[in-house]
Amino acid sequence: MHPPTLWNWEPGQRVILSSMKAPEASAWVEEPYASPDGESLAALTTLTEGGCTALVNGEPWENTFEKGWHLRFSPDGRLTAVVQQDGMWTLAVDGEAWEESYDYLWGTQFSTEGDVIAACIQNGGEYGLCLEGTPWETLFENANQPTLSADGQSSAAVVQLASLKPADLDGFAAGVFGVAVDGQAWDANFLNVWTPTFDPAGKRVAAQVRTTLYDYSIAVDGQKWANDYGCVWEPRFNPASGSVVAPVRVAGAWGLAQDDQIIWEPKFAQCWQQVISQDGKNIAAIVAPQFGTFTVAVNGKPWGITLPVVTDLVIGRQGEVVAALGNTDNRDWRIMVDGKFWDGSWDMAWQPVISANGGHVAVKVEKAGRQTLVVNGRVYPREFTKVWEPTFSPDGTKMLIRALDKDAFLRIVAEVGRA
Amino acid sequence: MGITERLIEDVGIRRGVSRLTPEKIEKIVNAVLKGETGARLKTYAETCMRCGLCAEACHFALSHPDDPSYTPAGKVHQTMSVLLDKKGRVDPDFVYGMAQLAYTECNLCRRCVHLCPIGIDTAYIMSTVRRICHKLGVTPQYMQDTAHSHASTFNQMWVKDDEWTDSLIWQEDEAREEFPGLRIPLDKEGSDIYYSVIAPEPKFRTQLIYQAAAIMHMAGVDWTMPASTGWDNSDMCMFSGDFEMMGRLKRQHFESAQKLKVKRIVMGECGHAFRSVYDTGNRWLGWRHHPVPVIHAVEFYWELIQEGRIKLAKKFPGPVTIQDPCNIVRGRGLQEKLREVTRFLVDGDIIEMHPNREHNFCCAAGGGVINCGPPFKNVRVDGNTVKAEQLRATGVKTVITPCHNCHGGLHDIIHHHKLGMDLKFLSDIIYECMEKPEA
Amino acid sequence: MNAAYEFVTGPLAWFAWGIFILGAAWRLYSMYQLAKKKDASSWAFMDLGFSLRSIVNWLIPFNALGWRKSPVMTVATFAFHICLILVPVFLVAHVVLWTEFFGISYATLPDSVADAMTLVVLAACLIFAGRRLTQKEVAYITTGKDWLALVIVTLPFLTGFLAYHQIFDYQVMIIAHIVAGEIMLAAIPFTRLSHMVFAAFTRAYMGSEFGGVRHARDW
Ligand code: HEM
Ligand code: HEM
Ligand code: SF4
Ligand code: SF4
Repeated sequence: MHPPTLWNWEPGQRVILSSMKAPEASAWVEEPYASPDGESLAALTTLTEGGCTALVNGEPWENTFEKGWHLRFSPDGRLTAVVQQDGMWTLAVDGEAWEESYDYLWGTQFSTEGDVIAACIQNGGEYGLCLEGTPWETLFENANQPTLSADGQSSAAVVQLASLKPADLDGFAAGVFGVAVDGQAWDANFLNVWTPTFDPAGKRVAAQVRTTLYDYSIAVDGQKWANDYGCVWEPRFNPASGSVVAPVRVAGAWGLAQDDQIIWEPKFAQCWQQVISQDGKNIAAIVAPQFGTFTVAVNGKPWGITLPVVTDLVIGRQGEVVAALGNTDNRDWRIMVDGKFWDGSWDMAWQPVISANGGHVAVKVEKAGRQTLVVNGRVYPREFTKVWEPTFSPDGTKMLIRALDKDAFLRIVAEVGRA
Repeated sequence: MGITERLIEDVGIRRGVSRLTPEKIEKIVNAVLKGETGARLKTYAETCMRCGLCAEACHFALSHPDDPSYTPAGKVHQTMSVLLDKKGRVDPDFVYGMAQLAYTECNLCRRCVHLCPIGIDTAYIMSTVRRICHKLGVTPQYMQDTAHSHASTFNQMWVKDDEWTDSLIWQEDEAREEFPGLRIPLDKEGSDIYYSVIAPEPKFRTQLIYQAAAIMHMAGVDWTMPASTGWDNSDMCMFSGDFEMMGRLKRQHFESAQKLKVKRIVMGECGHAFRSVYDTGNRWLGWRHHPVPVIHAVEFYWELIQEGRIKLAKKFPGPVTIQDPCNIVRGRGLQEKLREVTRFLVDGDIIEMHPNREHNFCCAAGGGVINCGPPFKNVRVDGNTVKAEQLRATGVKTVITPCHNCHGGLHDIIHHHKLGMDLKFLSDIIYECMEKPEA
Repeated sequence: MNAAYEFVTGPLAWFAWGIFILGAAWRLYSMYQLAKKKDASSWAFMDLGFSLRSIVNWLIPFNALGWRKSPVMTVATFAFHICLILVPVFLVAHVVLWTEFFGISYATLPDSVADAMTLVVLAACLIFAGRRLTQKEVAYITTGKDWLALVIVTLPFLTGFLAYHQIFDYQVMIIAHIVAGEIMLAAIPFTRLSHMVFAAFTRAYMGSEFGGVRHARDW
């Protein structure tokens, strides 16, 4: 059910499914997925007589398929799986296969609201994307690194625009890669293109490009920045100004450039995964002030706390909160919020979730095989067999916890103040 | 004597050299030397006493006993020393020889470190020569094509996204006949193990994926394989000198594992890929160690055996010998674990090659040499007669070879010298001997 | 003659020692700066324990594979380096000079022993030279710089020996000897002989990499 304002936000706990026991007809059941609203738990199951289907709150879909994988809920609550039927691949949405099917289909993508579902397709050796089953008009020799605009109205991928003979150095040097937006290729070709990304309106696309083996830059709608850099990483649009921000490497050190102008002096041993607040005023990125030590820099200023590895950086809508995770050797995970460590260290932690309102932060964590949440620095008083990443209510006062306690799937609404 | 007397025609090297001018060479050589090298290269160049003790290290030198131009210091003498002495003022023909030498006559195996009293890392010097060659655009055709594939598909064999998962699903299907209920879990978040391979496996060694899945299944491992890029842990860009791409590949690999919140990465029986994750690629990205622990298959199997999770129905008939892959032995100290796993699996003796363990001879395929393709096959086969003699002296029929490159290299040596030996991955033997469900 | 002797044992000696000590210190310092700046991803792995592990294992004759594979050279180079350091430091004639100029005095080697050790050094130099001429893998990589280092090292021992045994004109020989010794000192920071300054660090670095990253020994 969508949107989250319509979910049941009544505080309390409900048992949605008391047991995950496999039905008679199942040979085995795969790992479970929880719906965004916490009202259902789904899993793929392989049937004893062959074929597979999905179980939703223990009930199988009406249809069964030859094969199925990649079970995912769309943000609007629809359940999807990549399935094979009569040797052809398609997407099953809430148990119904799309009308269209392809030689191969994979890489499901959702619009932010979840109302549009896209996937990568291969048909007769040609590649592209399809939206709600409908393929691009033009398909290509190869298409990868797909992306969907926030509203789901546009899709893009890196595409191969000319064939290469085996070990064809000249062909490659001529530049055979570009970006296709809704199946329409940019005019420009590059040696390589990586991580195309849409602006928030879904109108413009920026990507990393390489014009020779040595010259890296950013191209926006096919137009390369004037400067080349030693290397670049993923560009991001500033949601407010529409300018493009990307990490660039100059003389062996990393900084940030905005529209081809340096905004963070290149002095870091690493700088990537920048995030920009909705108001466009705050930029944060994961940086390494020195070799081997990582932290977060906000508007160019690194935090005072460092760890060997930092991941999962997020920023609040107005930049009011910046949160990330750090770890040592993928263990001893620490939660880093606004330049301070929260108490406690964990065997694993998941990307912090920031409320749309009020600057609350919640993090899913695991220790000794048990999972729980840390909310605003305090550990939730209960542990679970498994918990999903939490969701804040739109007003930021409540939190939806989806959890497995032993075999039972629970839906808990907690008040943030008390969590 | 020297590289100029044994030049081999290669499309890629020739193509690159034909575009060079002395001015361009001078500019690029000095840009790399000034911009990217420092105290390491300087001290090595200055303190190499030219004592020649390292000559005993290199299989190329030992296989060409009358030709000192194959010794480690001899190779440096013909390449980096000249660049430094002449401050980059060399001609395009010189670059041809320098590239051929650096890419095809040194496996970056680091055996010479064990022979040099000063501790000079000839492999580092040759890597730097390769870096310069890459910047000059002078790279062997097949290796460069592999680097292009890495850049365009994030794997080394132009495998497209659909081909990857398709071959996994196909192997899963096949394996279910033998192991009912077997799964190759794709993108299963929070798994203990993320299993990564190199692109030849989905391309034409799918048996290895089958076997790995069978072992994981029978050992009850909580594992996953990624459904999108990052799955290929190999890295020819590390060897071609395209360090920017090397970093990009490693980032993709590690971030794909981080996104899945796995505890550890286990990689298949590959040597060079292992080097790229704990030694070179991680460093270029600023990580001191691998950000997610990476366990080589040898060590992983060793763990499973320690925990009693691999049960054998029979033992593999020995005797066998062991090829110690440089990158996991001299590179990571797995020699004793490799022997313990072998002893567990084999009924009969391990007849050691001499030298062995950290002092082993390289297969001559490593360091990207085999990836330079057919033009240079004889360079590595003729350049490793010592390996042929080592193998022959064991008198055994089976060589346990837990590395893709060693497989390729030894295969050609065994064939050329008609040694009649079989090469086995550990997973070949485990799969063959382990308990399987009743048919 | 006396004036010349005064000069070489006075100002020139100060000058030579100055170049040696200040030069070595400067080279070490600037190399350290360069390493910090340009080799951060290597420098970060320097580790005292693994450094010493490697150095100690290489200081034991025939312990490292490199030594075992070249026995003649191993004997020659160990004998050479040991005598090379001990003779000039503990030679009676040298200690006398220290006492004369600075009032410092310490244990000395009997002259006969020092004399024999000098011959050992000269013999080793002959072996080194012989290798460079006859052994193809050494000849191939030998450059002028290597000959220069060898000559610079040989001369003080040769002239010292000749002076001690009063062969040729002693006055001339002793001055030649002192000049040769001073040349050697001054040359250490700036020729192949700089390995005296750097070898411990290159070895330590390899030891640290092998110990800390590669979990393997490097000898
Ligand atoms: C500062 C400069 C030096 C001075 C003033 C100096 C002075 C002397 C003197 C006075 C003698 C004694 C000659 C005799 O017995 O009448 C001597 C001998 C000798 N010195 Fe030096 N010396 C210097 C540097 C060196 C250096 C740098 C080395 C070697 C690295 C060296 C090696 C020797 C040797 C091998 C002998 C002869 C020992 C023997 O055969 O018994 N000297 N030196
Ligand atoms: C104090 C620390 C020193 C260390 C660790 C050291 C180490 C070494 C090493 C490892 C070699 C390489 C090859 C071989 O073993 O012969 C070498 C060679 C050599 N060393 Fe040293 N050394 C030191 C001091 C010196 C000094 C003070 C001198 C003379 C001033 C010297 C003169 C030489 C010469 C001439 C060679 C070349 C031998 C040849 O021509 O093959 N060393 N040294
Ligand atoms: S092949 Fe190995 S032993 Fe030979 S020079 Fe290269 S790194 Fe050294
Ligand atoms: S052993 Fe070391 S010092 Fe001697 S020639 Fe070889 S690299 Fe140079």
